[in-house]
Amino acid sequence: MLEVKGLVKKYGDKTAINGLSFQVAKGEVVGLLGLNGAGKSTTMNCITGYIAPTAGSVTVDGHDLLKEPDKAKRVIGYLPEVFSFYPDMKVYEYLNFVCDLKGVFRNQRQRREHILAVCGRVGLSELTGRMIRNLSKGYKQRVGFAQALIGNPGVLILDEPTVGLDPSQIIEIRQLIRESGKESTIIVSSHILSEIQAICSRIIVIHDGQIAADGPTEQVIREAAGRAELVIRAKGPETRIEKVLSEIPGSPRFVRLPEAEEGTSEYQLTGNGQEDLREAVFQAFAASGLVLLQICSREASLEHTFLHLTGQDSKEAEAAFGKGEQ
Amino acid sequence: MAAIFKREFRAYFHTPLGYVILAVAYFFTGYYFFTYNIYGGTTDFTQLYSLLFSVVLFLIPVLTMRLMSEEKKSRTDQLLLTAPVSRFGIILGKYLSALCVFLIAIAGTLVTAVIASFYGKVDWPCVIGNFLGLFLLGVAQIAICLFLSSITESQVIAAVLGFAVSLFLMLVDAVSYVVRSRVLQNLFEYISFNERYSPFTLGIVELKNVVFFLSVAALFCAFSTAVLEHRRWS
Repeated sequence: MLEVKGLVKKYGDKTAINGLSFQVAKGEVVGLLGLNGAGKSTTMNCITGYIAPTAGSVTVDGHDLLKEPDKAKRVIGYLPEVFSFYPDMKVYEYLNFVCDLKGVFRNQRQRREHILAVCGRVGLSELTGRMIRNLSKGYKQRVGFAQALIGNPGVLILDEPTVGLDPSQIIEIRQLIRESGKESTIIVSSHILSEIQAICSRIIVIHDGQIAADGPTEQVIREAAGRAELVIRAKGPETRIEKVLSEIPGSPRFVRLPEAEEGTSEYQLTGNGQEDLREAVFQAFAASGLVLLQICSREASLEHTFLHLTGQDSKEAEAAFGKGEQ
Repeated sequence: MAAIFKREFRAYFHTPLGYVILAVAYFFTGYYFFTYNIYGGTTDFTQLYSLLFSVVLFLIPVLTMRLMSEEKKSRTDQLLLTAPVSRFGIILGKYLSALCVFLIAIAGTLVTAVIASFYGKVDWPCVIGNFLGLFLLGVAQIAICLFLSSITESQVIAAVLGFAVSLFLMLVDAVSYVVRSRVLQNLFEYISFNERYSPFTLGIVELKNVVFFLSVAALFCAFSTAVLEHRRWS
């Protein structure tokens, strides 16, 4: 349904995206994940034809966006990151204008039915006669969603669709996206992993304008979060504890944590694979005669997984760890 | 293109802008009609159209100032640029909407001629020639101001640039007298709107002048399209 091949976009000397290539099959709901400035919006802007790529191609439903822009754009519904509207227009009037613009439903009766059906889907049925500028942010976002749905496009591009919404509005928009996913191919961008996890069946992680990971959502998250993590607290001299830790089979990486009881030291251990470190740690301390006060295994939070996925595995990443499970 | 034309045309009358422009145009038309035709007791409309030349030049920047700049500032252009409409279609839709409002604004001059015809003999070829001249002046000037609106995000800057260009077009005749270079003199005379407009006020419709105004309009519409296209690639 959608094919992006070798997409490059440069703004002067800065390369926003560098050689992105991926395909999205019909009916897939794909999440574009990345930090702010990673290149998500640029990618979406290239896919929708808002900006032209420096190199590469975008093919939508068999139509090259540069060679057959009208045919390609006809298949796309786009909700930009910042939905802008004409302040002098009412909801119905605006959607009618979008119908005109997309050249769909020229028959007035069919058009009216379509607009009302779209309004019904996004929960705007009671507000079709209201000025858009007088609606709340959540309802404005629904109008944006409705304009993207006009003409029943085969591909929906949603750029950070829940930014700035309150929790109940976020749930409603997510529900809308899930429902739309039954009929359209959807690409959603976000820098919130939990959001992508809740909506998408596949994740494409973009970092520094390149694809850092691509695959089924659960698999990508599991692989990123799957490293064995332990926090241990031991009693005894620091040097001896660290000697014991360095001799553990598999040489796990360890970092000393600041919070500890007097006379004890606390360390965070990171394994190289997905092996369970607990037994090895226990055996090592038992052999050394040092007292092991606590072993705590930790599951990586989504934030940590996100930072790992986007290559931000630094001290900030360590600080983003979730609550431990003892 | 038709969708954009309809939206923009309606937008003029969803806000006071369209009404203000029409009111100002009708006020000056009525004022000059009263002063020169009714008070002067003549059915000669040459003076009225000559005076409207400068009014129109200062009215058009206001008519076009928001057309592109506002879209860019509020980012509503995203909808237009991602819709299956060509860049030229966007420009043409906006251009024609402004041209239609302008046409309604100057149509008042024909009404005054009809009124005058009840009381005396009106030289209709001369009136039609004058009207055509004024219309063609608008055709060219709207395209120039639309281009100016497309290169800035500020309506105010677009309007000020429009006024500056209008002033230049009004004074370019005088400039051609003070420059020494023969090449510059020829150039200024060639691009002078006044020189091109004057024959129309005498009821003379010369093809070269019609082509000049239409060419200016086509050129600046193409420039506006190029600005949109440039933004897409930059």
